[in-house]
Amino acid sequence: MEGLDYETVLAFCQSWSVVYFSLMFAVAIAYALWPSNQKGFREAAALPLQDDGDI
Amino acid sequence: MTAAANTSPAPWRADLFILPLIVALGALAALIEAARSPDPAMVIQAWTFLACMIAIGAFYLKTYGGGIPLEEREGYANNVVKAGVIASMFWGIAGMLVGLIIALQLSFPNLFYFPDWAWTNFGRMRPLHTSAVIFAFGGNVLIATSFYVVQRTSRARLFGGSLPWFVFWGYNTFIVLAGTGYLLGVTEGREYAEPEWYADLWLTVVWVGYLLTFLGTIIKRKEPHIYVANWFYLAFIATIAMLHIVNNLSIPVSPLETKSVSLFSGVQDALTQWWYGHNAVGFFLTAGFLGIMYYFIPKRAERPVYSYRLSIVHFWTLIFIYIWAGPHHLLYTALPDWAQTLGMTFSVILWMPSWGGMINGLMTLSGAWDKLRTDPVIRMLVVSVAFYGMSTFEGPVMSVRTVNALSHYTNWTIGHVHSGALGWVGYVSFGALYCLVPWLWKKKALFSNALVEWHFWISTLGIVLYITSMWVAGIMQGLMWRAYNDFGFLEYSFVETVVAMHPYYIIRALGGLMYLTGVLIMAYNLWRTVKDAPAEAAVPANLVAAEAV
Ligand code: HEM
Ligand code: HEM
Repeated sequence: MEGLDYETVLAFCQSWSVVYFSLMFAVAIAYALWPSNQKGFREAAALPLQDDGDI
Repeated sequence: MTAAANTSPAPWRADLFILPLIVALGALAALIEAARSPDPAMVIQAWTFLACMIAIGAFYLKTYGGGIPLEEREGYANNVVKAGVIASMFWGIAGMLVGLIIALQLSFPNLFYFPDWAWTNFGRMRPLHTSAVIFAFGGNVLIATSFYVVQRTSRARLFGGSLPWFVFWGYNTFIVLAGTGYLLGVTEGREYAEPEWYADLWLTVVWVGYLLTFLGTIIKRKEPHIYVANWFYLAFIATIAMLHIVNNLSIPVSPLETKSVSLFSGVQDALTQWWYGHNAVGFFLTAGFLGIMYYFIPKRAERPVYSYRLSIVHFWTLIFIYIWAGPHHLLYTALPDWAQTLGMTFSVILWMPSWGGMINGLMTLSGAWDKLRTDPVIRMLVVSVAFYGMSTFEGPVMSVRTVNALSHYTNWTIGHVHSGALGWVGYVSFGALYCLVPWLWKKKALFSNALVEWHFWISTLGIVLYITSMWVAGIMQGLMWRAYNDFGFLEYSFVETVVAMHPYYIIRALGGLMYLTGVLIMAYNLWRTVKDAPAEAAVPANLVAAEAV
């Protein structure tokens, strides 16, 4: 594989990782802020307080 | 209830077939090694392993010989968590005692040096300390708390029947094998991954069991949401599996000998090792214990998580950024410059999610700040989060090349390690254990709050002595190493730096002694809680039990 030398792999990683990371970050933020998720999050935040007793 | 009513006839259950089979195979392999190995260390390791397998076999016979025990048919699995709590206390004391011993060896090398006993050498005791505190103490705390938390937040019993027990005994077998191996001089020489190939193989089997138990419980959960603590635990379990397997890829020189050779070499080897080493910090000492923070602080403070949104951003950014920061352990090495810069950059960015998590932990107390004054357990948990903030600020600073040029190889690193280890990992674990013991043994409260206060103040003073002495010693050491005189010669010889550090080593040992004293007070308090503290007014538990019968 001629084209796949160290420099090529490096250049690919160094440029595309920026895109990849920005995307992942955007997805995480969107998920956290998505309005329809908020009700579930509010319930989840109090989960440890409601688990007394046995199953 | 009579003894007979406590068990029911055993139906055919896969775990009661497969797990004893694994134990039997382990015993068989140990027997072959013990009989055939030309390597005396391997023979001792094999007998040790065989003894552990026999003990696990005996446990299975005793617990399941007469049928399925009642405890396993209803409610949450609590006994395995109790066992984890006891093991944590035991290993905590052992590991910190060894820490104190090596601190004394560094302070008084001629008093604590026994040339006739090779196993007391600093080089063998040091990995014993690090493994005993991180993997034995920390690991048992993580297993116990994760088993506790995943059941409550999923409203489901642990998955796998006897599998959690196998995980508990199997993991502690690994610890015994690793620890006795170091004392015999058996080591791969990879920091925090010292155990040799056969111990690594065994841990892999156990860890798959851990992952199955945890995932299985989450899958059968009755709660729609997967609580954030479980995300952190799951990231810890899954990532450690990956790190462990990749970093330990090696070939034994012979199936009958302890020694193995890594598949990597040179700078690739170094990078793999510190990709592992750094993420052992990130996922074992951080993500796992963040799981503890996200459950025990809200529970103890009786307040919901400050911002659940923040916890989600905290989680995803932390795990995505941590994995790239390893090269900050290899600044100014043969590692390509761009990779060093990458590691440094990600380390600096890592500061932000870390402090996001810290803020989330601290602010969960809003509206309950008075508890800091009245409840020493909450105070311990909150101080742990403060130390988490401190060490995750110090870490990014030390990742900057010019700072690392001074701090690397010095006691500054040791100070950084122990502000994370004693302040964060230690305190968050103690807080969780102080919560768990009354909950599990169904007690109204701890035996003595005053003793918790003593523990808190003695060990806090111990931490302060430890880390401040190491900062001073480290920065002094770094500055002395780089000082030149007018003629361009080094100003100080190496031994002059050692002499200069001597008083600080003694202060550190004193700090360690105080920290250990605190842990001993805690062990006494917990033991008295189990033995003597008044039982919980057991209305809800009774009702549930009555309904279940
Ligand atoms: C009584 C408490 C403790 C004492 C006295 C103590 C003492 C020490 C000493 C003397 C060293 C060797 C330093 C050197 O080589 O210069 C060390 C290393 C280490 N200790 Fe502790 N320790 C204690 C508790 C802990 C705890 C609770 C943890 C983790 C949870 C921990 C984690 C470590 C680690 C990771 C290292 C290796 C650091 C490195 O290689 O940079 N220690 N400790
Ligand atoms: C944002 C978070 C953190 C960053 C960026 C960071 C960065 C660093 C750096 C730059 C070093 C020194 C490497 C060297 O010069 O050899 C180091 C060492 C270390 N850190 Fe951290 N740190 C962080 C958090 C933590 C926490 C919370 C803990 C413990 C609970 C911890 C445990 C350790 C250990 C055990 C070492 C010693 C590794 C060795 O054996 O050489 N770190 N860290």
